[in-house]
Amino acid sequence: MPGGCSHRTAAVADDAAVTGRGGSGRPHDPPAPPGGPEPVAVLTGFARTLRAAGVAADHHRTQTFLAALGHLDAADGRDVYWAGRLTLCAGPDDLVRYERCFAAYFSAASAPPHRVRAMTVSVTRPVASPYGGGEPEPAGEAGAPPATASEIEVLRRRDVARMSEAERREVHRLLALLRGARQPRRTRRHRLSPHGGAIDARRTVREILRHGGEPARLRRRVRRDRPRRVVMLVDVSGSMAAYADTLLRFAHALVRAEPRATEVFSIGTRLTRITAALRHRDPGHALDECSAAIPDWSGGTRLGEEVRALLRLPDPRGAIVVIASDGWERGEAGLLGAQMARLSRLARRVVWVNPHKGDPAYLPLTAGIRAALPYVTDFVAGHSLAAYEELAALLAGDRPVRAAGRGGADA
Amino acid sequence: MLRRTTTISDLDAPATLAELLDHHDYLADEGVTIAAYLALKMGRPLFLEGEAGVGKTELAKTLAAILGAPLIRLQCHEGLDAAQALYDWDFPRQLLHLKAAEAAGAADVAALEGEIYDRRFLIARPLLRALETQPGVLLVDEIDRADDEFEAFLLEVLSDFTISVPEIGTIRAATPPVVVLTSNRTREVHDALKRRCLYHWLEHPGFDREVAILRRRLPGCAERLAADVARTAGRMREAGLVKPPGIAETLDWAEALLTLGAVELDPALAAATLGAVLKHREDQETVRARGLLTPDGGRG
Repeated sequence: MPGGCSHRTAAVADDAAVTGRGGSGRPHDPPAPPGGPEPVAVLTGFARTLRAAGVAADHHRTQTFLAALGHLDAADGRDVYWAGRLTLCAGPDDLVRYERCFAAYFSAASAPPHRVRAMTVSVTRPVASPYGGGEPEPAGEAGAPPATASEIEVLRRRDVARMSEAERREVHRLLALLRGARQPRRTRRHRLSPHGGAIDARRTVREILRHGGEPARLRRRVRRDRPRRVVMLVDVSGSMAAYADTLLRFAHALVRAEPRATEVFSIGTRLTRITAALRHRDPGHALDECSAAIPDWSGGTRLGEEVRALLRLPDPRGAIVVIASDGWERGEAGLLGAQMARLSRLARRVVWVNPHKGDPAYLPLTAGIRAALPYVTDFVAGHSLAAYEELAALLAGDRPVRAAGRGGADA
Repeated sequence: MLRRTTTISDLDAPATLAELLDHHDYLADEGVTIAAYLALKMGRPLFLEGEAGVGKTELAKTLAAILGAPLIRLQCHEGLDAAQALYDWDFPRQLLHLKAAEAAGAADVAALEGEIYDRRFLIARPLLRALETQPGVLLVDEIDRADDEFEAFLLEVLSDFTISVPEIGTIRAATPPVVVLTSNRTREVHDALKRRCLYHWLEHPGFDREVAILRRRLPGCAERLAADVARTAGRMREAGLVKPPGIAETLDWAEALLTLGAVELDPALAAATLGAVLKHREDQETVRARGLLTPDGGRG
């Protein structure tokens, strides 16, 4: 620690240590040295408490924290507060946790925060079993071999809500194999191109210099492409219960194909980011993590509020936004319309996936869907494997932009 | 007594810096003051995040004024590359030099090559200029608009304040410049970059501070008008608008009202000048519909 203030640091540390050890008091804490606890230990203990609360206060940041206190009055609680906040936090989400931890760790009034014990995680790895052996399956469907080509053809067109467990499992297996290609987005970065493109003046002149001033061959460059971001919202409310599982598996396939260009949110009564949960390689495991992360399964839907929440985030700008919902809006349809209008101006493209559209008799009559449809680029079904394949092709940019469909039965 | 310029070693406590910021008409709260103080004393970049118009860029400008140092500004955008941010060779001049040497009958190839890759043919872009300016304040504005590639080489420069030019060697800053990075959070900036920095989240100012800022920046502004404008702006920020007004917008609005000779916020004048504070049609409609422009803020 830089000199000059270390005695002051010691002073605050003594105060803090009395109360602070509650926060860091773990059985395997190093015993306090004789003559009072080490001030640095108290401060690093605070960083450790923050880490346990989910703030990325790593070793490097902790060092910076100690160095910062060397420049301030460490006997002043406000200075300790600001030094920690400036060095240990990395975003607005961290600030909330920081406030809580700081209060708990450095105040005598509050009870020591209880530590959550680390969970035991059992990992199940998918292993190929050629003859369907392994786990016992429900009676009647035991040991069903993978479907043949003609059976897959029949399955492709069927509504997943009306399938048996075994059929749905087969569809899920095929979904995991879905090609998750992505429409490219032209970036402002350039790359050298051996043929065609504009002349790259810098490289060409550099080439000339390299040849002692003699005009050499022209260098050309073209814009580099990157996959376009997809932001998918999956409705997990009660009315979508039959499709939510399959839709999340579809989202999992998208995340696996382009992990850096996909964001997935669940919508119900609130907007929840579930991309991290879907990153796991095994679809079953990823879905389990999703279930744990989503707080509002089978509730109602407040689409307007949630699209508004999405618009506050940086994600939808320039992205393809996919909303998978039946449009049963509990809130006010006018709000949804206004938010969809804004979304359609920010996003590259808005795709609405409604599983009920697969039904030939379906008409878009609910207030929510009627408010949203004018601002939707593509209105597609999402009820069968074939429909998901079409949706994947749409995201891959294989089809030209269509005008928004107003209902009908073209699945 | 406050001098015109200050050196970093003159600063002995955050309170001194607060006084200097105040002297330069930047009314900082406790957090901003300590953040800036630590950035100066520790030689760390200061990463400022917050909504547009909360005074992020202004802080960098004020620090430059306090230190009497030039402000070197790098506005970020997608596709910003090393040739625009670090340095570039002046190719046309190099070619001219080469041709001139040829015409003069120069024969020593090695010497000629040394001449071409001389420092005088190197064009310093903002990052290199910041390393070579003593003292200097570097403002990397709206880093969230740049892409991952730019972040990577910015990280390299900010790690040890050196830039290596293959043809010349490593250029090192004798004393590191004061660096301020700003972000409007339209994109998450990589953690490796943030870890190098002190992180500060700037909030909209509270009522009292906003009134003080308005009165300081607009000397003709009456207490009554400043209070009305600040109170209305505060209500607008709570109304869930697409783009809540920042201090910059409130200042514009107060100035517009002042220009029209207002001494208090009357609803007709407020509605006429609404374009100075809200730049989205939806927001203007929301504010009118909720009656936020009336003196009681639509609550009476």
